[in-house]
Amino acid sequence: MNRIVNLFQNSNQNADGGLLNVYFTAGFPELNDTKRVLKALQDGGADLVEIGMPYSDPVADGETIQQSNDRALENGMSVRILFDQLASMRDTIAVPVLLMGYINPVLQYGIEAFCAKCAEVGVDGLILPDMPMDVYLDEYKSIFDAHGLLNIFLVTPQTSEARIRQIDEVSEGFIYTVSSASVTGSKSGVSGDMEAYFEKLDAMNLRNPRLIGFGIKDHDTFVKASSHAAGAIIGSAFIRVLQESTDLENDIKTFVRGVKNSSEAIPA
Amino acid sequence: MESIAEKKSYQVNDRGYYGTFGGAFIPEMLYPNVEELRENYLQVIADPSFQKEFNDLLRHYVGRPTPLYPANRLSEKYKTNIFLKREDLCHTGAHKVNNTIGQILMAQRLGKKRIVAETGAGQHGVATATVCALMNIECVVYMGELDIERQAPNVARMKMLGAEVRPATCGSRTLKDATNEAMRHWINNPVDTHYIIGSVVGPHPYPDMVARFQSVISEEIRVQLKEHIGKETPDYVVACVGGGSNAAGAFYHFLDEENVKLVAVEAAGLGLTSGHSAATVALGKPGVLHGSRTILMQTEDGQVTEPFSISAGLDYPGIGPQHAWLAASGRGTFLSATDEEAVQAAFELTRLEGIIPALESSHALAVLGRLGASENETVVLNLSGRGDKDMGTYMKYID
Repeated sequence: MNRIVNLFQNSNQNADGGLLNVYFTAGFPELNDTKRVLKALQDGGADLVEIGMPYSDPVADGETIQQSNDRALENGMSVRILFDQLASMRDTIAVPVLLMGYINPVLQYGIEAFCAKCAEVGVDGLILPDMPMDVYLDEYKSIFDAHGLLNIFLVTPQTSEARIRQIDEVSEGFIYTVSSASVTGSKSGVSGDMEAYFEKLDAMNLRNPRLIGFGIKDHDTFVKASSHAAGAIIGSAFIRVLQESTDLENDIKTFVRGVKNSSEAIPA
Repeated sequence: MESIAEKKSYQVNDRGYYGTFGGAFIPEMLYPNVEELRENYLQVIADPSFQKEFNDLLRHYVGRPTPLYPANRLSEKYKTNIFLKREDLCHTGAHKVNNTIGQILMAQRLGKKRIVAETGAGQHGVATATVCALMNIECVVYMGELDIERQAPNVARMKMLGAEVRPATCGSRTLKDATNEAMRHWINNPVDTHYIIGSVVGPHPYPDMVARFQSVISEEIRVQLKEHIGKETPDYVVACVGGGSNAAGAFYHFLDEENVKLVAVEAAGLGLTSGHSAATVALGKPGVLHGSRTILMQTEDGQVTEPFSISAGLDYPGIGPQHAWLAASGRGTFLSATDEEAVQAAFELTRLEGIIPALESSHALAVLGRLGASENETVVLNLSGRGDKDMGTYMKYID
């Protein structure tokens, strides 16, 4: 079974307090940090990990993630190198792993070759925000399916109810719920408007569980978001931790533990 | 009717594609905005009240129809019959305003309260700020930090017109980054803001909508050419291409007449093999940029590469999806001219005809000797803009 599907089926949200998905940019802060960061996230208690494939023009992302993309590209990061870095990750990594990125580098790698490589290294799902649904369904879904890859769709506060239903219909794994009209990292917190929107989604009784992203940055926002969904996604706030870190492993574990459970003391 | 069914179409199909190019490759955050536009644009454009307001403004505000000028001394030099479509005489100095007039009227009809736009050299920014002043609508223009330094007069014009000019400080700090920032602004302000894209690029329906607003160029050419030579169709239509809006407008009503050769001229910068070029068709590969499947300049890994041209208006790593299809299908001929050739052509036109062209349009002029047009043939060249904004560059070449 796909690790993402398995995770959602076997998690007990009430007992565990919500699933935490953490995003980081591959090849950042340094080219060969990808696996270190991934391992530290798992050790810290992240339930899923979303690895960003850096791109020169990430339009859905705000400044923090764009800067990490630029830095990773300067470091020499590429899809090819990422697959090399992840080659033996399943020896040590048990959590579900998603790749997030923009479609052009994937197309240049070759969609079939890309999906085959994902399956080979043990990637479970993809988030490609600028891949249109109709193109996915017509051209790529059969390839994703053949390699056991889930495609994760986004919904936003502006997404119509009819389209949310359509997205729910074609989704598997979870639905990425964008909390507000924004790019990543631009707004913080969970407002009353957002809560109304989360409640609307809740009332729709969708087939798929939801993870809430954009604006989640710490324990409080994580807990608040998780009360309206299966869990939440942290991106920009974690990138800032990486930017400032002098001790990656420790800083990552501290951050993840702090987000999941604020009562856990910050280790020395 | 058979022949029509079999004939290749160069216009957008009902799914938003030109052959294999086009579509709407956008994040979900932009989907409702783009979808709202897609659902409404054809109906709005077809509405008689829209048509009347659009045509009245083009006539009384922009100064249309622009002349189709028989350039006799230029024709003598190249031993053919050259007509210049004088888009340089449009209000604000280039064809760009045809599109911004159309889009501001579109935005009003969609109930939008604010406008966001991107600009490279500042021509589209000025044309946008102009119509926003005219219609009393709030205007934010994103411009690469580097371009803000290079194009100070246009920045001043936009500010005088009441627009807020915001620098794009990420990436290469030029047009492509300004476009990213404008898209992000639209993501952050999805309900009340309309994004006026300046060229035939972006997700469907933008390329088609912008081409329709610019199609007045070829509509007028047909009428005017008939007055001059007794027939509506030339042998060649020549235009420069960055994103490609002036070319799209000049080609529009000739697309299905295969005896009319459509010649698009890209900016070769310092030369095609110099590593400093903006000739997308010559150097690019199919991929996705700014919301559409098109041809773009990119690395082997699919990262968008930084273009280079002396002309900021052609300094773009992609090309409109319709142009990508014209190139791939063979319907269009894509040539390129270097910085040096463009500057020479600008001086040539200035001395022969007393017209100082924009650096962008000079790229089209630079290929006149390479067309192979005979004495009996007719060439229409779209002179997309005037050279006032480029005097700083031209001055460097005066002795």
